[in-house]
Amino acid sequence: METDVIIGLEIHVQLNKLNSKMFCGCSTNYHNSEPNSHTCPVCLGLPGSLPVLNKKAVEYGIRVGLALDCKIEEQTLFYRKNYYYPDLPKGFQISQYDYPLATGGHLLIKGDDGERQIRITRAHMEEDPGRLIHAGTIDKAKYTMVDYNRCGMPLLEVVTEPDLRSPKEARVFLDKLRSILEYLDVFDGNLEGSMRVDANISLAGGDRAEVKNISSHKGVEKALSYEITRQRNLKRRNIKVVQETRHFDELRNITVSIRSKEQAHDYRYYPEADLVPIRVATWVPAIKASLPELPDAKRDRFREQYGMTDDHAKALTSDIKVANFYELVAARAAPKLAAVWVANVLKGELNYRSLAVDSFKPDHMVEIVNMLDSGRIAEDAAVQIIRTILDKGGSPGQIVSDLGLTRAGDDAVLRAVREAVAESVVAVEDFRGGNERALNYVIGLVMKKTKGRADPAEVHRLVVEEVERT
Amino acid sequence: MITREDVEHISWLASIKISDEEKEKFVDQFNSILEYFHQLDEVDTEGIEPTYRVVDLANVFRDDVACKSLTHEEALKNAPKTENGYFKSPRIV
Repeated sequence: METDVIIGLEIHVQLNKLNSKMFCGCSTNYHNSEPNSHTCPVCLGLPGSLPVLNKKAVEYGIRVGLALDCKIEEQTLFYRKNYYYPDLPKGFQISQYDYPLATGGHLLIKGDDGERQIRITRAHMEEDPGRLIHAGTIDKAKYTMVDYNRCGMPLLEVVTEPDLRSPKEARVFLDKLRSILEYLDVFDGNLEGSMRVDANISLAGGDRAEVKNISSHKGVEKALSYEITRQRNLKRRNIKVVQETRHFDELRNITVSIRSKEQAHDYRYYPEADLVPIRVATWVPAIKASLPELPDAKRDRFREQYGMTDDHAKALTSDIKVANFYELVAARAAPKLAAVWVANVLKGELNYRSLAVDSFKPDHMVEIVNMLDSGRIAEDAAVQIIRTILDKGGSPGQIVSDLGLTRAGDDAVLRAVREAVAESVVAVEDFRGGNERALNYVIGLVMKKTKGRADPAEVHRLVVEEVERT
Repeated sequence: MITREDVEHISWLASIKISDEEKEKFVDQFNSILEYFHQLDEVDTEGIEPTYRVVDLANVFRDDVACKSLTHEEALKNAPKTENGYFKSPRIV
C-alpha cells in the first residue's frame, strides 16, 4: 500500500429516478432523444423565467444524506455559483455553499488493509450543466456544440474528506456508493453520465491536482494511477507539483492540464434570491423510517438467515437487483445451494455476456436448484442449462429433455466405471503404485462415457471400489 | 481599493472585452460604488443574522411532475449559430 497518497472525491450523482428536473418541469427522460428537445425557458436560462424547487429531489437528497449517516441541516440555502461557460446558459449554476443539505457523515468500505470509515464532508443539491461536445479532442477542438437536455438535471454532490489512500480504494468507495444509491431507489447507474467524479489527489507534502469529470469507476482508478506516477516522477526530478485542474482523457488513459488561468476559483457565490430557504429537518423522522435495508445490513442478514458464507452474502447484496433475485429463488429452493449457484455461476455467466440479472427468470433458477438438490441433474448439466437459457432461451425442463441431461442412472454409471477401469490398464497400475492423480484419467473417461451426467464425487468412489475389487 | 488588475480580472471572468479607456473609467466607477456601500459599515451589526430576504418565506416547492418542454425548433430559435440541432459555441478551454 502506498501510504503517502491522499485522495478525496467529489461525486456528482444524478437523481435520475425523478420524473422532472431540479427547478423546472422538463422530463429527466432525455436519453436517446434529439439534442435540445427537453428544455424550457427555465433550464435554458431565458430572461424572466424563475426556478421552482422539485420537492421530491429534496426528499431524495435527505434519503442519501441519512444513508451516509449525515446530519440533515435545519436550514439549507441555494447560491449562485458564477462562471461563464457554455454548459450553463444562465452564466451561473444554482448550487449550495455554506448551508448544504447534509453534513458530516461516513461510509464504511473495505480498504486496502481492512474495513475503514471514509468521512463524508457534505452532500449538497445543485443543477447539472448541459453537455458539451467538442469537435475533436478537448484541447484541439475548433468549436463546441451544446445540448441542454441534461441542463437542470437534479444533482447531489457528495464530497468526501481526503481519506482514501489508493486508486483502488477510490474505486471501492464509488462501487459502494453506487450500490447504496440504487438500494435507495434514487439512482440508476446504468444511464450514461449518471455519476461523474472529480478526484483530488496529492502525495504527502505536495500540492494537489484535481482531475475533473471522470465518468466511470474504472476511469477514476486509471486516472488516479496515472496521476500518482506523474506526480512521483515530478518529485523524483525535484519539480514541484503545481495545484491545477486536469482532464482525464479516457482514450489515451492520461490526464492533461486544463483551464490554468482559472486556478483561483473565483466563483463569487451569492445567495440565489429566486429560491427561498428550505427548512425540512421535520421531514427527517418519516424519511428515516422509510429507508430500505441497506447493503451492509442485508449482507449480515443473508449470512445469518440463509447460512451462506460472507463472500456469497457480499456477492449477492452489492447489487439490489441480484439481492432481490436471490431472495425470490431462496424462498422456493434450498437457500444455501441457491446462494452458491447465483453468486458463483449465474453472476459469472451474466457478467461474461454483459447481461443484467433481469435477463434470467427467478422461476428458472428455482427449477435448476431444485433439480440439483434432488440429484436429478449433475453440476455440469446445470451450468449447461444456464448457458443455454442465456444464449438461446428456453426453460430448464425443456432443455433437460432436449439435451438428455438427466443424471445417468446407477446401472449406466456402474457400467461406465467397469468399462473405464478395464480400458485404463496403465493408469490403474500407476494408481496402485501410489499415484493418486492417475485416477483422474479414469474418472474423466467415465464422465465422457456418461456425457457428464454422473456426479464426479460419486464416480471417484465407484472407481476406487472397482479398482480394489479387481 | 479596486485596481486596474481587478477590473481586468472581472472582465476576464465575465468574458467581456473592455478597452483601456473603459478600464480607467471602471476603476473609478467601481471604487465609487464600493465607497457608497462602505457607509453601511458604520452600522453596528454585531450578533445579527444576515438578512437574505425581507419576507420570511420558506419551503416553496413543486411536485415531481414532468410537463411539456419547448419544441426543438423553439429551443434553438434565439441561437445565433446552430449545428445538427445543437447550439454552437466558440471553442472553449
